[in-house]
Amino acid sequence: MAKLGTHALLLAAAVVLVPLGLVLPTWLVFLVTIGLAKGLVVIGLVVMMRAGLVSFGQGLYYGLGAYSAGLAANFLGLNDAVLLLVIGAAVGIVVALGLGVLLVRYRQIFFAMLSLAVSMILYGALVRSTALGSTDGFNLPPPTFLGLAPDVETGRRILFVLALLLALGTASLLHRFTRSPTGVLGEAIVMNEIRVEYLGASVSRVLLITYVIGAITAALGGVLVALATSHIDPDLAFWTTSGEFVFVAILSGTGHVAASLVGMVLFETVRSFAFQYSPYTWQMVVGTAMLLVIVFLPYGLWSLVSRGEGRSARP
Amino acid sequence: MQQLVAILIDGTIYFSWLFIVSLGLTLIYGVMKILNIAHGSFYALGAYAAASAVGAWFAAGLPAAGSYLLLAVCGLAIGAAIGFAVERGLLRRMYGRDEVVMILVTYAVFLILEDVIKLVWGVNPYLAYQPYTALGRIAIGGIGFAVYDLILLALALAMGFAAWFTLNRTRYGRLLLVVIHDREISSAMGINVARMFTVTFTIGAMLGALGGAVAAPGISVVPGIGVDIIVLAFAVSVIGGLGSVAGAAIGALIVGLTRAAAIHLVPEVELFVIYAVMAIVLAFRPEGLFGRPAARKI
Repeated sequence: MAKLGTHALLLAAAVVLVPLGLVLPTWLVFLVTIGLAKGLVVIGLVVMMRAGLVSFGQGLYYGLGAYSAGLAANFLGLNDAVLLLVIGAAVGIVVALGLGVLLVRYRQIFFAMLSLAVSMILYGALVRSTALGSTDGFNLPPPTFLGLAPDVETGRRILFVLALLLALGTASLLHRFTRSPTGVLGEAIVMNEIRVEYLGASVSRVLLITYVIGAITAALGGVLVALATSHIDPDLAFWTTSGEFVFVAILSGTGHVAASLVGMVLFETVRSFAFQYSPYTWQMVVGTAMLLVIVFLPYGLWSLVSRGEGRSARP
Repeated sequence: MQQLVAILIDGTIYFSWLFIVSLGLTLIYGVMKILNIAHGSFYALGAYAAASAVGAWFAAGLPAAGSYLLLAVCGLAIGAAIGFAVERGLLRRMYGRDEVVMILVTYAVFLILEDVIKLVWGVNPYLAYQPYTALGRIAIGGIGFAVYDLILLALALAMGFAAWFTLNRTRYGRLLLVVIHDREISSAMGINVARMFTVTFTIGAMLGALGGAVAAPGISVVPGIGVDIIVLAFAVSVIGGLGSVAGAAIGALIVGLTRAAAIHLVPEVELFVIYAVMAIVLAFRPEGLFGRPAARKI
């Protein structure tokens, strides 16, 4: 895939998909919206993984985004989708700056476990907070869009377009980021951290920036999911949710940021159909699909597209 | 004072089954560097197998004494079968892959087994309280204990001693320590590492299932116990340091007491407080209390 191709590809995807969002059946629009929202989380995670930060706790920011949107909508009366996205991202940034300073001191499995622990703290707190509906969570009122208050179905389609533009825009920005000095330094840190320090770059600064990026995308994804489903519960912050993100990141491959979007939409589709057609064994179907991908496509789905590109497709 | 004693007792009871389960988890990680999420399913399988077998035993009107042996045999047998099958059938093909990928593989196994359990045993709770109540309660210093819990504690301590003894005082255990230290050199020295892995994983799975089997009489066996236990066992092993037997013991004690204290004093913070402890321990000792720091790559 040529270098020039990526942004053009994303633009083309936007041009093709936006009109589709207006004609496709509502259930499919809903499904893809969820896929895009979660894909947004995975894009951020992929950028983190390129810098060696394999987070098993992205559910923290995903849940934080969703809950800050829900709280703002229910208790502050703020109901505008765009405003809620801004609030979610802001909460994500603040928390990530605070936690990131501590967390980026750790590497590999220690980083993974500590981030998981922190997300489980949020989960544990949410499960026991009866004011926030405990394990049941609570509902959100339908959002407005920059003052417009459309009916439910139109609202879903608008939300789809919003999610699509946000996801593709983020993919494009982060694609650029991975080629920026900070992004490239992230990959260098995985190879040899100490040499990066000798070169005069600050490892902790690079990792903190990367960590905050992951937090913002996860929070945005959380807000979108909250708006799309009109319901939030603590499972958003549970470790299985975070594990799913890591799985999709690996499934899609870390070679390209946009692969995560495709991967997540595929994963959501598999899960929805599995849930629809075998409600009692859907986990088995998903688990089997995971094993098949890991065994037969060790470098992720993107390796199907970019065969021959060599090392860049490797996780 | 009364409450403090109650916390200590409850904490010790949690400790006993948490320790048995976490011992398996930490053993598998120590030797194979696999963070086995499917361990939660092994625990659930053990609990279900034991609960249904004990239920049938008492329905047939057989004497209570035999049910204890049945519990243990059920747990060990199903653990051995599933552990052997998963290692030989699946994990063996994946060695050398990234640690994160291995976590996902065991997560996939966990998802599959969760549904297998639902297919085999349904979603209704299984109760196997008879072995628990048959032993009755005794009072020591004015406080009532269930005798079953005391036996469980003894079992946990025996397991811990057996693990320590095997690792440090037997030929097989010494060889295992060599494999833990350097997989490649030990295989060059003629140790059959692949067989070590199979044996370790099978024993680890047996411990997980045994933990489920002996816990079954004290709990109600319902879908979802696998998720609950893996969340706790994970915290135990990480606090103590993954791969350390002493660490698993200390971790189980810390988590058990913390959980008991939380439930008695402020029930709202139960899970929250365990993971807060884990985060604090990791912040100061990323390898856990008993883990060894890895060498830095230059």
